[in-house]
Amino acid sequence: MLTKRIIPCLDCDLQVPEGRVVKGIEFKQIKYAGEPAELAKKYYEDGADEIIFLDITASHERRGTMAHVIENVTEEVFIPICVGGGIRKVEDYVNMLKSGADKCSTNTAAIHNPNLINEASDVVGSQACVIGIDAKRRYVENLSDAPDKNVVESDKGYCWFDCSIYGGREFTGIDAIAWAQECEKRGAGEILLTSMDRDGTKEGYDIALTKAINEAVDIPIIASGGGGDPEDFYQVFKKTDVNAALAASIFHFNEYPVPKVKDYLNKKGINIRN
Amino acid sequence: MPLDKKIVILNYGSGNLKSISNGFKKIGENTLVTDKKEEIASADYLILPGVGSFGSAMEHIISFKDLILEHINEGKPFLGICLGLQILFSESEESPKIKGLNIFKGKVKKIPEGRKIPHMGWNSLKVKKNSGILNESNDKFFYFVHSYHGVPEEDIVTATIDYGVELTAAVNINNVYATQFHPEKSGVHGLKILKSFMDL
Repeated sequence: MLTKRIIPCLDCDLQVPEGRVVKGIEFKQIKYAGEPAELAKKYYEDGADEIIFLDITASHERRGTMAHVIENVTEEVFIPICVGGGIRKVEDYVNMLKSGADKCSTNTAAIHNPNLINEASDVVGSQACVIGIDAKRRYVENLSDAPDKNVVESDKGYCWFDCSIYGGREFTGIDAIAWAQECEKRGAGEILLTSMDRDGTKEGYDIALTKAINEAVDIPIIASGGGGDPEDFYQVFKKTDVNAALAASIFHFNEYPVPKVKDYLNKKGINIRN
Repeated sequence: MPLDKKIVILNYGSGNLKSISNGFKKIGENTLVTDKKEEIASADYLILPGVGSFGSAMEHIISFKDLILEHINEGKPFLGICLGLQILFSESEESPKIKGLNIFKGKVKKIPEGRKIPHMGWNSLKVKKNSGILNESNDKFFYFVHSYHGVPEEDIVTATIDYGVELTAAVNINNVYATQFHPEKSGVHGLKILKSFMDL
């Protein structure tokens, strides 16, 4: 059987030669977690199913640094690697894949130029084209209050999901469910879905969001934002059919190392790789 | 001292070839990633990775077809990975007008609807018969990412996986080995397969 994937995410600051992994709380209190290559190797040995590297500054000019980091990582790490941030052209996908990455994730660039998804998937294949969707709940009173949006019922009432860009700094008013469906049609192979309401809160994944997007498309979804302990992983896998869940800081600071999360899920009957 | 074995990874376009060469490096083997015909012709071990669609891959591979067939006919070890497995088949639903290499008689078909496609992630291998490279792989997890799978006419499937339906995971005829999964992305168990391939 296909197992649920547990994915550590490394938020990378690439302003130093080998990069460094950071975890900030709303960009204020930045903590350094270590070097990307070093942490990636630890997670690989711990049994992570995949690793995602995000250039949090999304700096196009630092793509070379990211490529260098990925080259180092893939010498010792033999699981899938996804790279996000600063991927804007088909050429960026090709270069990252040449460095040893398996997939690239784009958000802002795809919203500005949806054709990028078609072009990139033609060249590198759908399996390498991950779309990052950073979605925020917009509450409405009634189901019919936002006729041009997909309104769903959440734990806190009716809402639709608004896509944000530039790492959550700007909102587009684009309906996340419709956008996910368009990405699938254009050739995306996977969606990395982050709840902007839950990101950094450790309050658990946004089940309403995850379920809605997962049911709207046939491509796999990675749930992200809010994963604070093993129970949060269990809840998202129990309540939705997503294939994968991502977290960052709980792994970095050894609160819950990957084996601890996997042991917990295994005992609860979730199918995981051990 | 025996002469070094020459391991060639056929480079026919953009893709993650570095991971395959890194995988071999990890088990102590140097590889050559190349599209040079004279290098391919003198390979002792030839690896065919997979990139993009069946049709676009065949477009690029067609000029290497004779070299590939020659390598196989000489009985030298050959490994196809992912799409590199699929193009060894006769044809594919993905690109109906384009012929495959026809080493494996049969068709590559779309994974049946009603489940997430691509089939992406780690799945446990059910080894059906020992093909020489899968001897320690039964029930171990390997990384898959594919939307199509091979359906051969003959009894050449060496391993399958369960994705609600049974899908082909590995195929073997004589010296030709092929995996739908990525051994170079499947941790220590994947590296063991590369090692077994080199021990052939």
